[in-house]
Amino acid sequence: METTASSKNTGNVVAAIAKRFGIYIVLLVLVIFFSIASENFFVGSNLLNVARQVSMLGIAAVGFAFVLLLGGIDLSVGSVITLVNIVTAWLMVNSGWNPVLAVFVALSISAAIGFANGWIIANIQMPSIIVTLAMMIIIEGVAYLICKGLPIYGFPKSFAVIGQGYLGPIPIPVIIMIAVMALGMFILNKTYFGRYFYAVGGNEEAAKLSGINVKNVKYLVYTLSGFFAGVAGIVILSRTNSGQVLSGKGFEFDVLTACVLGGVSVAGGHGKISNVLAGVLILGVLSNGLVLLDISQFVQMVIKGTVLMLAVAVDCLQHRKPS
Amino acid sequence: MFLHLKNITKRYPGVVALSDVSLDVIEGEVHALVGENGAGKSTLIKTCTGAVTPNEGTIVVQGQEFASLTPKSSEQLGIAVIYQEFNLVDELSVAENVFLGRAIRKGIVIDKKAMQEQAAEIFRQFDITIDPCELVANLTIGYQQLVEIAKAVSQNARMLIMDEPSAPLTQAEAEALYAMVDKLKASGVTILYISHRMDEIFRLSDRVTVMRDGQKVKTMDTGDTNLDDLVRLMVGRELTETYPARKHCISDEVLLNVENLSGNGLHDINLQIRKGEVLGLAGLIGAGRTELAELLFGVHPKTGGRVVLNGNDIHPKIPKDAIACGIALVPEDRKKQGALLEIDIRGNISMAILERISRFFTVNEKEEQRIADYYKDAIRIKTPTLRQKIKNLSGGNQQKVIIAKWLATEPTLVIFDEPTRGIDVGAKSEIYALVNSLVESGKAVLIISSEMEEVMGMSDRILVLHEGRITGELERKDFCQETIMGFASRT
Repeated sequence: METTASSKNTGNVVAAIAKRFGIYIVLLVLVIFFSIASENFFVGSNLLNVARQVSMLGIAAVGFAFVLLLGGIDLSVGSVITLVNIVTAWLMVNSGWNPVLAVFVALSISAAIGFANGWIIANIQMPSIIVTLAMMIIIEGVAYLICKGLPIYGFPKSFAVIGQGYLGPIPIPVIIMIAVMALGMFILNKTYFGRYFYAVGGNEEAAKLSGINVKNVKYLVYTLSGFFAGVAGIVILSRTNSGQVLSGKGFEFDVLTACVLGGVSVAGGHGKISNVLAGVLILGVLSNGLVLLDISQFVQMVIKGTVLMLAVAVDCLQHRKPS
Repeated sequence: MFLHLKNITKRYPGVVALSDVSLDVIEGEVHALVGENGAGKSTLIKTCTGAVTPNEGTIVVQGQEFASLTPKSSEQLGIAVIYQEFNLVDELSVAENVFLGRAIRKGIVIDKKAMQEQAAEIFRQFDITIDPCELVANLTIGYQQLVEIAKAVSQNARMLIMDEPSAPLTQAEAEALYAMVDKLKASGVTILYISHRMDEIFRLSDRVTVMRDGQKVKTMDTGDTNLDDLVRLMVGRELTETYPARKHCISDEVLLNVENLSGNGLHDINLQIRKGEVLGLAGLIGAGRTELAELLFGVHPKTGGRVVLNGNDIHPKIPKDAIACGIALVPEDRKKQGALLEIDIRGNISMAILERISRFFTVNEKEEQRIADYYKDAIRIKTPTLRQKIKNLSGGNQQKVIIAKWLATEPTLVIFDEPTRGIDVGAKSEIYALVNSLVESGKAVLIISSEMEEVMGMSDRILVLHEGRITGELERKDFCQETIMGFASRT
């Protein structure tokens, strides 16, 4: 009896570990695979490179994860990045503004767009997918109108620090990502409004009946999503050193992929930032490793799509209720 | 004899839903079935439609004997049910709905014209004016129901079971329904009619069967009985559950004063609750009891009248406002409205006070743990750890967690909506004791329950609601099930 009990316990422990760290195990397997397949992969400079490549994704993913926790979606993330790109570049180059001021204004605009999304979703009760789709189209149009489709370049030198600078050996974008993720974890785990995200996403009616101002929670979450997308946009602008209308195109789907890989439920109520980081890193490792192995971009797409499908399938199978 | 149920027994784990029930339904009669909520009417219907397999007994339909029916065999025998939720497709026309799943076809093309003509013919038979081309979505509920009935008739139903068909209808719509029932009867269809409305039972039915606690009490010719007899048979039992006694603690001070309150389906509600008092709200489903609780709690806005709590006019727009005024609501549906199933017990208990125990937006988790620990002991929540998700608890313990959430807000008025629904006897009496300790400490309690015994056992005073209005008020010394039922079902 005791042995069966203990072996059952061991099985449970393994299952619990797999459930808790599953996504990190996938990441570990990928890292080991690429380390064996390519001698250039597991090298300090390359790993930092991976981290820098995913940092914009990681920054935007925090706000996006909040939206998913609420049971919504924010398709305007890519367009917000584009708009922030163009507005900041335009203010610095055409109006000669100080970079700090330009960044401040651009981030305020990104937050305001997020707030507008949240306001419409909460008050008009339109589905978030439609509201943010419309917003995506609108602000992409606005970005084109500002720059007439042409790239804007010639920024002050100091601006390049954000995307290209280093603190010791660590690229600044990676530091920003770590800071944003830490902030995201703090919000979700320690603040009362972070708790509200889970409550509203898990059961909006019960949340409302527990005295949560559901509208305010929605305003906050979409505002944060817009804001973090804006931060990612600034980093992208600084890295590429030119404001371009295609800078954020399709970015929302990369962010969605990272969040879902990281186990954030699209139905709302479930998800952790630490696992989103793993999702972000998996995408980064895949991109980097496949390039090192000289695999064509189209094959990469097939592989990434397959990984997404498998990851979510495993998650669904785990959570499926026994019938 | 169309239908003959012989000694039907249906047991669920822990409950006997039907106990040795025998029932005859004569061909071509309108047979009414009455009883309180939970008397076993629904289970009995489901036995006839094949949704429930009885443990014992036989079902005889027109001489054919069955141990149980299946939905399919029941349909083939000509038994059809009109449920309160219609099986109609809003975006299809009336005619298409009548022939749903058995569309008339010409080759592979649906013959709309033939369906419209046949539907129109059925409506003509019953003197109903419905355009078969109209979308179902554009019909009122009353007409939708007539379409549902027409659908059953077109499927050659020999027996129609109607489950509280008039409940959602206006008076005029109900008249149309009664006319249809009369015509159906004239055309030889047998009808089993379930209703809480006494007037329509006397108007429509030939015979009436009373059920109580899963048993058949009696079948009578409707002409041989009267309202008083019927109500007495429906509720006629002594209070069997014990309600813990409490000290007399009603103060003279009025805590809540509601004047001419309207909105959310309610009209001109006037009531007062004193400190230390338990006020019960009785009434049938849909009478407006939950709606009243929602108005007071800010779930829906009021359209008129005043709510005065502790001497202050209050205007809660969302529940958060009501909570700030000192009102708590333990809602009717524990899983949908009360518990946050994916969050742990501690997080559920603290949900309504998080902002109070936070500094600089950060939750003071020590304080949170202390409060959760306190209520775990105070109201005996049975769990090894407070970090357990609430969905893993039993119903009774879930309810205790939800009550703990509200006690933590230190309310002055606690509204309990169906506080013991689906909860075992032990947890029930603990919740009753908790209500007592609340009023003994000077709080006021408003209790809503569909269980007559519970309202009578727990309340100091009872208000009876009917169709959004208060139709009666009884002091404890005057409590009487027949009187309450009379107020609740008056028309």
